[in-house]
Amino acid sequence: MKSLAQLAEIRDEMKKSIAIRMQEKPGSDSKVRAHVLVCGGTGCTSSGSVTIREIFEKELAANGIADEVQIIQTGCFGLCALGPVVIVYPEGTFYSQVTPDDVSEIVSSHLVKGELVQRLVYDDIGGGKKAEGPVSLNETGFYKDQKRVALRNCGFIDPENIDEYIATDGYKALGKVLTEMTPDSVIELMLESGLRGRGGAGFPTARKWQFAKNSVSDKKYVVCNADEGDPGAFMDRSVLEGDPHAVIEAMAIAGFAIGADEGFVYVRAEYPIAVKRLAIAINQAREYGILGKNIFGTGFNFDVNIRLGSGAFVCGEETALLTSIEGHRGEPRPRPPFPAVKGLFGQPTIINNVETLANVAQIINNGAEWFKSFGTEKSTGTKVFALGGKICHTGLVEIPMGTPLRTIIEDIGGGIPNGKKFKAAQTGGPSGGCIPASLIDTPVDYESLMSIGSMMGSGGLIVMDEDNCMVDIAKFFLEFTVDESCGKCTPCRIGTRRMLDILTRITEGKGEEGDIEKLEELANNIKATALCGLGQTAPNPVLSTIRYFRDEYEAHIREKRCPAGQCKALARFTIDRDLCRGCSLCARKCPVNAIEGVVKSPFVIDQDKCIKCGTCIDSCKFGAISKK
Amino acid sequence: MALTKEQIAAKYAELEAYISENKDMDGALIPVMQKAQELFGYLSLETMELISERLDVPVSEIYGVATFYALFSLTPKGEYVISVCTGTACYVKGAQLVLDEVKKQLGIGSGETTPDGKFSIQDTRCLGCCGLAPVMMINNDVYGRLEPADVKDILAKY
Repeated sequence: MKSLAQLAEIRDEMKKSIAIRMQEKPGSDSKVRAHVLVCGGTGCTSSGSVTIREIFEKELAANGIADEVQIIQTGCFGLCALGPVVIVYPEGTFYSQVTPDDVSEIVSSHLVKGELVQRLVYDDIGGGKKAEGPVSLNETGFYKDQKRVALRNCGFIDPENIDEYIATDGYKALGKVLTEMTPDSVIELMLESGLRGRGGAGFPTARKWQFAKNSVSDKKYVVCNADEGDPGAFMDRSVLEGDPHAVIEAMAIAGFAIGADEGFVYVRAEYPIAVKRLAIAINQAREYGILGKNIFGTGFNFDVNIRLGSGAFVCGEETALLTSIEGHRGEPRPRPPFPAVKGLFGQPTIINNVETLANVAQIINNGAEWFKSFGTEKSTGTKVFALGGKICHTGLVEIPMGTPLRTIIEDIGGGIPNGKKFKAAQTGGPSGGCIPASLIDTPVDYESLMSIGSMMGSGGLIVMDEDNCMVDIAKFFLEFTVDESCGKCTPCRIGTRRMLDILTRITEGKGEEGDIEKLEELANNIKATALCGLGQTAPNPVLSTIRYFRDEYEAHIREKRCPAGQCKALARFTIDRDLCRGCSLCARKCPVNAIEGVVKSPFVIDQDKCIKCGTCIDSCKFGAISKK
Repeated sequence: MALTKEQIAAKYAELEAYISENKDMDGALIPVMQKAQELFGYLSLETMELISERLDVPVSEIYGVATFYALFSLTPKGEYVISVCTGTACYVKGAQLVLDEVKKQLGIGSGETTPDGKFSIQDTRCLGCCGLAPVMMINNDVYGRLEPADVKDILAKY
């Protein structure tokens, strides 16, 4: 078992080794002169980063510099769209979309001769401009407006090496808490920091802890909710993949604050890399005696176990999650009693989200004032978003709360690809709502988003352009909630299905007058009566799209027209008489013979026969056919 | 790819060992079922009966848990499991068209297996590589930035 003094020794020793990455002078006499960081997050792994790492190893050996250059596999850098990503220190050169063939050039040119491989350097400094001369990571358009707190170690340390975590002041906060603080002073500090739950609802973390501490029991639990189910959200996965020890440390701190000696991380089985790194981290922490009995010789005991989810979205709801850990169908239970009073196996339990926990140790180390210096008065700190959809820089971003949506989309996200127009952003996944283009200057914090009928959500931020149909998007989310409704309570089980029926009818051109009002009535009833958060929030995507895009709903219902041209059943294919050369190719390709005409004069599509398959558009060489 | 008797016996032995090791843990049922699913690729009635006996949990309850969670399957899956991501990021970039094309090429729907036992299509919400959207995964191979027209050639590789 390691003592706090031994921990400090490891920290001092390791700080010398990561000095190259801090762009400081190496403090040791080690031969290592450069660090090559290869992203090992899920996104970059999918685009081949494991092979890249292997080739680096071979190339370094072939050039005889294997002992001068250290390769480090890290968590996510954030810019997933440009993966695989490689960063070379001490320069901090950011190479994007590195292919196996590029590796030997990076090694022979950059690492041997010290000349950057310019064509691979990412030098987009925002506003469509390229940097002149070398540019460091923090000067690029994608990074310069970000503030990395929860993600501070992601893409910086090797998550599979506990010593690297310790080098970045890891487990220092736990040491401080156990030796210098009381449970009350920990909770007091958290309350002062204003930290609120990052899973979506934004409940003050310290108050949860206070309730659980006040509950009298011999056994209490700390549960980390890593069942990140919102489609299009991958913040929690990235934290677990890039910095698993931060979560473990925070759980131990929470355990000390409420008087618990056991913790569970409930993580999706669909996140194999995150599960693996978390398991490695837990084992390393146990080996160091940071988890287990009598931690740092203070008499405090705490251990963490992993439970895998089995693919049920509702298990992200806290009471359903507890029921699932207990080994049952993951159905929610009524609150009260709240988990802080009667939770896992009937004992007082706190449930915190991964990103929430990732902030805890840093608040202890740096103080509440430091944390409050980011964000707004009521929404302190930062928030991580998974930026996806129709946006140039798909990836993971962390911004101070209160940053305008415009900054996220235009500056950090690099805008909408293919010159299309921004139409709306969707936050909060199936529980959230959309933010239309007219409100793009809304500050992103809990209160502002709530006031416009959306929500912070866990951090999925999907950008849509003019080609996306908002009725179709509402239907997409409702299909999801209908599928994932556990069936326990009637409003959610039947109500959401009836709403989906109506939406499906509308998108098929069978909408009727009064459908919008029916949707609204059903939605409000479901919100008021469903048992858990899944049902209570399921109507939100429908209500918010009706609120901001009512005209689109009306066009579908009254004119049987989809303004975005996305609803297949409502699409109309027409041939432009001026552009058509009468080649007859489309007519020959049409599978249902819906196109007629005489060669060398314009052809016409018979709308009654057309099955809207789009074959004609693909076949036309003159761009004469359009879909509206 | 039918398993030999010895292979099946070995898998059952592994499951039994896992159960003995973990049966006193609180909430052991789901981890044990996950182990069985991983070993056999599905939960047969015999497997569920075995778990029932060892953990002293009624088969009806095990069936209830198995049908609640998407991860558990009551029928064997194909040799290659195809997951087309229909998470939001992929959906807004046309994942539905890709999924439709896969269904068309194989002549089966989601959750079904081809008669020769080669391919299964599985509903998938988010594979987490939104930067590559739209994405599909065949066993552990990831294919990104797909167009429906790419599907045929990809399937032909298997």
